Amino acid sequence: MAGATTLHAGADRAVRFESRAATREPGWVKWTFIAVSLAFFTLFLLLPLVAVFHEALRKGWDTYLAALVHPDALSAIQLTLTAAAIAVPLNLVFGVAAAWAIAKFDFPGKHVLITLIDLPFSVSPVVAGLVYVLVFGAQGWFGEWFLDHDIRIIFAVPGIVLATIFVTFPFVARELIPLMQAQGRDEEEAAIVLGASGWQTFWHVTLPNIKWGLLYGVVLCNARAMGEFGAVSVVSGHIRGETNTMPLHVEILYNEYQFAAAFAVASLLALLALVTLVIKTWIEHRSAQDDLPPEETGPGVAAT
Amino acid sequence: MSIRVENIRKQFGNFVALDNVSLDFPTGELTALLGPSGCGKTTLLRIIAGLETADSGRVLLEGEDASSTSVRERQVGFVFQHYALFKHMTVFDNVAFGLRMKPRSVRPSEASIAEKVHRLLDLVQLDWLADRFPSQLSGGQRQRIALARALAVEPRVLLLDEPFGALDAKVRKELRRWLRRLHDELHVTSIFVTHDQEEALEVADQVVLMNHGHVEQVGAPEEVYRHPSTPFGYSFLGAVNLFHGRVEEGGVRVGDDSLPHDHDDLVHGSEVLAFARPHELEIVTDGSRSDGVAATVSRILSFGVTARVELDGANGASGRHFEVELTRDRLLELDLREGQAVRLAPSRLKVFPKPEERPAQRRGR
Repeated sequence: MAGATTLHAGADRAVRFESRAATREPGWVKWTFIAVSLAFFTLFLLLPLVAVFHEALRKGWDTYLAALVHPDALSAIQLTLTAAAIAVPLNLVFGVAAAWAIAKFDFPGKHVLITLIDLPFSVSPVVAGLVYVLVFGAQGWFGEWFLDHDIRIIFAVPGIVLATIFVTFPFVARELIPLMQAQGRDEEEAAIVLGASGWQTFWHVTLPNIKWGLLYGVVLCNARAMGEFGAVSVVSGHIRGETNTMPLHVEILYNEYQFAAAFAVASLLALLALVTLVIKTWIEHRSAQDDLPPEETGPGVAAT
Repeated sequence: MSIRVENIRKQFGNFVALDNVSLDFPTGELTALLGPSGCGKTTLLRIIAGLETADSGRVLLEGEDASSTSVRERQVGFVFQHYALFKHMTVFDNVAFGLRMKPRSVRPSEASIAEKVHRLLDLVQLDWLADRFPSQLSGGQRQRIALARALAVEPRVLLLDEPFGALDAKVRKELRRWLRRLHDELHVTSIFVTHDQEEALEVADQVVLMNHGHVEQVGAPEEVYRHPSTPFGYSFLGAVNLFHGRVEEGGVRVGDDSLPHDHDDLVHGSEVLAFARPHELEIVTDGSRSDGVAATVSRILSFGVTARVELDGANGASGRHFEVELTRDRLLELDLREGQAVRLAPSRLKVFPKPEERPAQRRGR
């Protein structure tokens, strides 16, 4: 995994830079950089994180728990989990398919596809939401057809799921494309020459090779699916207890000056972020271990 | 199993990788596809394996047209240059892969798979590595495992793509002797691709020399080395000294000098290329003689039984470099100094008409 290896190599490189006279910087430069980085980190990342939990618990545990078990909050949590549970597996399948197509095949329009995969990252989520309203909404292109068949998409759960799928699509594909391109086709060709079918090759050769990258993409995809605000906000309609996801619920509570409750729900999202980071770090660690040459791991470690 | 390719043509964009290639690979023999990079040898191998399809032409496996059969059904063993071992599987699982992928109806039991895998690992002398992962093996070991893996499915043909290309010189030498012995034991029809002429000459029963998508020459190693049929063959196989000249009465005129030759089919006045191996040139120190070409000694290298003398051409051959191989005794007898003016007289000279479109490539050492 690209991120993992750079981070680990970074540590080794730092040691090397400091041990060589030519690349060693004077003490004041070193400490200035460290101080600026740490100050920035504290002010903009650590402080808000602490503030979330502090605000959430300011009125005590009872208020905190009450905010979380409120029916509207529970319904928001449930909807968020549902949307993620649908969006993540779908994006897992689509992401693998797209990465597979791009890494293993040459076809016209390949570059367009690679560029389009990034669209959800480059466009404002609000635009994404508006597009879905335009296409599926009551006044939209297919609006009448859906109305006739009594199918509700916008201002209902399907719209939220669609918007979530849209904004989280790139995570899995983006993670896998460079990985699969770097791995080349040798192992797959070897498997096919040995008589493996396409499915066997994918299952026994391709998948094990990309498993850490895939997991990494899924974790990030999940984090974004649960945390998405903009696109979902447009298509949701903010119907309490029905079409509110956790981020939307936080906003509503906040706008109603229920700060403790808002931060209580927000703290759940923050907790999710922390868990995501832990899992992400663990994956990076594991995949770096798998990639290490033998003399650095030894038989015991690599035999996993 | 015999392999035959007929009129194979393959083009990548504007680049013609193979131009109407027809070849026979006899049953049970080890054939080397030899040539410089980009000559189409790997493409030909991949077409035979079915990993690539030819634009036109046929591949016949045991007389049967295999053009429409897929890679899976061709029953070929393929060894990749960079091994292509499955990184996440142990050596044992790598070798067992082909057997485990067989349809359930013909798949052997786990016990017989295990027995077969261990027999193959014994054959490549690496049974003790069965539980290791590819990343824990050396390059030479990986390549032997790759070979064992290819042999597990009992291929009718064994195809090796630059099998030793990624290994260091010493391991390479060991492995090619080992491959030869293995082939003598198994007698499976094998083709291997290499750009290393020494490797091809040492290991193969038959050498196919290729250049620019064409077959230049096919023959036993001895024959291909001794009697190259084209200027390219001459310069590609072994070190060689090249003279550009014109045919004249009684010799090949090179600048102000003339070299005698024994060809009688040369057109008078035509431009020719003349070749002599380093051991086929004699250094003449006697200033009164006028045969051969003038040259000056630039370096004398004497390490082993044979010594090498490097010379710069003078007169008509100025700007060219020559190399002479001779015994140490002879070197002492000649008592050469660096910078000394001498003459080079070939004891054997091979003359080719100068090719029109493709100048011969000179390969130094």
